[in-house]
Amino acid sequence: MMAKKVLVKGVEAIALGALEGGCQCYFGYPITPQNEIPEIMAIELPKRGGVFLQAESETSAINMVLGASAVGARVMTSSSSPGISLMSEGFSYLIALELPCVVVNVMRGGPGLGGIEASQGDYFQAVKAPGHGDGRFLVLAPYSCSEAYQLTAKAFELADKYRNPVMILSDAILGQMKEPLLLKSLKIKTYPKEDWALTGAMGRPSRVIKSLFLDSKELAERNLRLKRKYRAMEKEIRYEAIFSGEERVIAVAFGSIARICKEAVLNLREKGYEVGFFRPITLFPFPGKALLNMAERSLGKVSLVVFELNCGQMIEDVKLSLCGKAEAISRYYPPSILPFPEDIEKELKKCLKSSGFPKV
Amino acid sequence: MPEVFRFPKSLKKTLFHYCPGCHHSIIHRLLCEVIDELGIRERTIGLASIGCSCFLYFYIDVDILEAPHGRSCSVGTGIKRARPDLVVFTYQGDGDFAAIGLGDSLHAASRGENITAIMINNTVYGMTGGQVSPTTLLFQKTTTTPYGRDPKKEGYPLKVAEILAGFEGVAFCARGAVNTPQRVLEAKKLLRRAFEIQLRGLGFSYLEFLSACPINWKMDPISATRYVDKLAETFPIKVFKDQLSEGKNEA
Repeated sequence: MMAKKVLVKGVEAIALGALEGGCQCYFGYPITPQNEIPEIMAIELPKRGGVFLQAESETSAINMVLGASAVGARVMTSSSSPGISLMSEGFSYLIALELPCVVVNVMRGGPGLGGIEASQGDYFQAVKAPGHGDGRFLVLAPYSCSEAYQLTAKAFELADKYRNPVMILSDAILGQMKEPLLLKSLKIKTYPKEDWALTGAMGRPSRVIKSLFLDSKELAERNLRLKRKYRAMEKEIRYEAIFSGEERVIAVAFGSIARICKEAVLNLREKGYEVGFFRPITLFPFPGKALLNMAERSLGKVSLVVFELNCGQMIEDVKLSLCGKAEAISRYYPPSILPFPEDIEKELKKCLKSSGFPKV
Repeated sequence: MPEVFRFPKSLKKTLFHYCPGCHHSIIHRLLCEVIDELGIRERTIGLASIGCSCFLYFYIDVDILEAPHGRSCSVGTGIKRARPDLVVFTYQGDGDFAAIGLGDSLHAASRGENITAIMINNTVYGMTGGQVSPTTLLFQKTTTTPYGRDPKKEGYPLKVAEILAGFEGVAFCARGAVNTPQRVLEAKKLLRRAFEIQLRGLGFSYLEFLSACPINWKMDPISATRYVDKLAETFPIKVFKDQLSEGKNEA
């Protein structure tokens, strides 16, 4: 049977991806600009024998997620920036308890109540410290509706594989933009949960899922174990690159602004400019080695321009990845200031002019 | 010869770490006896919360999940919604259930979540060293009300059972204590009833126990056990609501 083609918003694509990924339970609290996700789940999950519940707050929602995950359900929540902050204690527990779940953040402008326009201001929160303590999320950043659909479905598999929360980091533009989406059926793996989930002590000793370790050696070992897990996640690194080795300037961006940058880069390349494009799809683990390879292949003669819808966050990871082997410049756009592809083209041309700095 | 006494199967054979005169261990044991008698050990999930009783899993031999502070009723909601066949109980202190977690607790009760919530009310934050809690008695001295709880500053004791009894989603609501042999026997009956309500799917069952905290009350165990009677003047020991005895059999 041919896959059905539908015209959907990014947030709708996320909800459809979650259903394709086998989501069984959804718990959440309304917040703009992602309300279509709970609304779709409220219609669709009961039809499939699943669970939908609107919690009284994001704090409760994430703890409902925690409970459902502990008994082995494929579970998700979705929210937007302020709501994500409220969930952060729960995120830390989910990481510590090694419970899989999918968390969607359709970022809006901040700090504080901010606004409902697009922003990528939660980059640091997502990739560095989703909660207190030394814990990480696996973070996926789609840049189109069809990628949002596919990555959300895949997120359930990755969460189960690593027993760790996976975040879909999206934003208001991608969330509210409509695009055609081919509803392909995807092969999403499942992993057995019998060896860890709480199901009642039937035919086995009772089990405890906990995060309190008062013995300092035990706690240190737990942290090192998590660290090894994050290392293992490097297998999942994804990125998109337009690079042949000849480029002098490379635009680096993720999510919706990557879409704008890609158009600008393709336009310039058509006109013969030596510009490339790099888009991290996994934000954690960060595709830093790929960036370093590009810098090394171009013998340090390339400069990277990092475009972000915030005041400069991913630029820090790019700089760290480059180990000083190439220059990285930040072009930042706070909420409400959205560049057109022509603006990006102008910026890239400016950088081309001023590049050629000796950096070896 | 008929068997009159045995070590509960669901109670682990280990020493309690609780302070002398603490009532947690009595309530733990009663809980295990009830789990055994109802034959639900193999499908029960316990929720350990934050405070002295977060070590519930050292003693109670069922599957146990550690919930974040105050969130047991939300975590329990997630479990029960995902797996309605499991039996879920929370074990929380007054700070956990009625201060930081009051929102979670009230909403779970209001939704009629089919879980059993047990609140141990000792009027103080035990593990952190005896600070004022929502249920601290008027004029009671704690480390953060060193001059006594002043209603003009710290307000009045929060009567959780009295609030929950008015909720339509609550099928069982009672307050007990374990400071006399008779009350211990009564407490076990209350626990049994709370679980029976859940097993019949009638809705939220809430059970509060007045409990001694000799260390933080700065009393010896015997005085503390007697002092529970003083708590009962503010928090009357009674069954506020029992839909099973009111003739409701199934949800």
